Amino acid sequence: MDSTPTPTARSVGTNLSSPGARSESRRGLSDRLLAFLTLSPSLIALLIFVYGFIAMTVWISLSNWNSPKMDLSLADPLFSSYDRLFNTTRFQIDLRNTIVFTILFLIGSVGIGLLLAIVLDRKLPAKPLIRNIFLFPYALSFVVTGVAWRWIFNPESGINRLAEVLGINKVLDLFGLGPVQINWLTSATVIGDIPMPDFVKAQIGLPVAMIPVIIAAVWQLSGFAMAMYLAGLGTISHDIREAASLDGASTFRMYRDIIIPLLKPITISTTIILGHISLKIFDLVFAMSGKGPGFATDVPGIFVYEQTFGANRYNLGAAASVVMLVLVSLVIVPYLARSLKDVER
Amino acid sequence: MNTSTLRSTSSRRFTPGKVIGGILLILILLFYLMPMYVLVVSGLKDAVNVNIDKMWDLPNSFTAGGFSEAWDQLGPNMSQSFFLVIPATVISALLGAVNGYVFSKWRFRGSEVLFALVLFGMFIPYQSVIVPLIRFLNEIGLYGSLPGLIVVHVIYGLPITTLIFRNYFANIPYEIVEAARLDGAGFGKIFWQIMLPLGLPAFVVVGIFQFTNIWNEFLFGLTVITNPREQPITVALNNLSGSFSISWNVVMAGAVITALPTLVIYILLGRFFVRGMLAGSMKG
Repeated sequence: MDSTPTPTARSVGTNLSSPGARSESRRGLSDRLLAFLTLSPSLIALLIFVYGFIAMTVWISLSNWNSPKMDLSLADPLFSSYDRLFNTTRFQIDLRNTIVFTILFLIGSVGIGLLLAIVLDRKLPAKPLIRNIFLFPYALSFVVTGVAWRWIFNPESGINRLAEVLGINKVLDLFGLGPVQINWLTSATVIGDIPMPDFVKAQIGLPVAMIPVIIAAVWQLSGFAMAMYLAGLGTISHDIREAASLDGASTFRMYRDIIIPLLKPITISTTIILGHISLKIFDLVFAMSGKGPGFATDVPGIFVYEQTFGANRYNLGAAASVVMLVLVSLVIVPYLARSLKDVER
Repeated sequence: MNTSTLRSTSSRRFTPGKVIGGILLILILLFYLMPMYVLVVSGLKDAVNVNIDKMWDLPNSFTAGGFSEAWDQLGPNMSQSFFLVIPATVISALLGAVNGYVFSKWRFRGSEVLFALVLFGMFIPYQSVIVPLIRFLNEIGLYGSLPGLIVVHVIYGLPITTLIFRNYFANIPYEIVEAARLDGAGFGKIFWQIMLPLGLPAFVVVGIFQFTNIWNEFLFGLTVITNPREQPITVALNNLSGSFSISWNVVMAGAVITALPTLVIYILLGRFFVRGMLAGSMKG
């Protein structure tokens, strides 16, 4: 860290070669040094708290530390925690849940977000109010969301009860279908069983208990997608719409063939931001259902928490957290690289 | 909108498509409002009237319901949350302003790479730093205390606050900085006399964003502070919700109390709130 300021200060004079800056090069040099020094406390803090701590977590994941007593000696074989992790049925279930959750949550929130944005793109009475109703869940804590939806999907009250109150059960009865009596959060059922190689011990399908969690997450975050799309729609010029409508394109075709393709960068950004949130989801599930029956709603975030703070299996917990970090990085690092390239251009 | 009057009148008529669209929209709105309805209505019922069969009914008498007990339970944690959120927001905003100023107006070789490395910090799952973090706080004597949690939120808040300020300051023309330098103003003077006053809207955006983020945060509050009476309100609400001796009208009232500060901010300053949430997606 100590050697950086000098080459840094030297390079900038050539980077921003303005005549004013050059005539005062001595002043400029000390100012540039000052700028870097101002930045350094934050840089050092993040170097320790982000990169240093991640490195230590990786080390812990490779160590023998699986009791309350700290033991940082390296395991033999080195990757035995990871080996154990991927062979644990519970963690396999967690990965299944994360994938199922991420896919359905993304389809739901990005799809609904786009739909809401298109609806709000038109003339409507009370538009700001409507927009705010879709957006306010984003301001809430995941814990609040979890508490509310936990009761809505309580099998004895909640949705099942609402179906009775609203008379939906009577309508279903006419078609010979029973009343809505799904166990939701207390159900251990997994719909479907996609055939997998032998080492996969988890049943690959959609856990019923995951559906309410996905609905709650979509409820909370579809407003974010909507806001992203509304910002994007705002940049599509009136001329393009005008031209499209003069061509005689129907509204549906105008959106399908012109506007939605133009919104592709927004779709990508929104998917990445929401996707990385769903890969590391923790609070919502923790507050709403915990690990669920038969780990039906368990996710890596809860696994890490329980292994680390409950079972003192520090190495296993650390290994799972590194898996989470790798999953998030696979999504975020290309995104960061691309965004910065855009900025430099 | 400049089409002939004939077309504009016909477009104002109620077509079946519009009626169906309107009904759908109202149904979606009701769906979005439903959880708040459940929370408020259940919270307003008193212990005698909380019957699972009547969950969707309005309370039959107006009382404080679960709110007074929820307040007794969560009050201390709410003040903890305020004592946490206010300093953490202010400090991380100030540091973010300085960092954003350097990253936008004092770029140097490698500053973009450094900036990317800073940004990465806002995407990591905090599970991947939690054990070293707690041991570190323990070493420096801050584990289990509010100041420790403030430090944690300030540092992990730096990426987003730096990002918002950098993007905001990047839109201030470089010529202004140039002119000030020709007048003899240096690094510090330009910041205090030009950037800071111009950056006031960014402070509002960052302030709201950080306030909401830190208020709503859960994992750090759960693990860095161990005494349940001193934990932030989100953690206390979760404890309340998992406790078998607390009836659910109290939990619902507690959820409303927990949500209230961020909701009030959202209602009063929604415009800035949206700008903050979009800034997180990195398009300045």
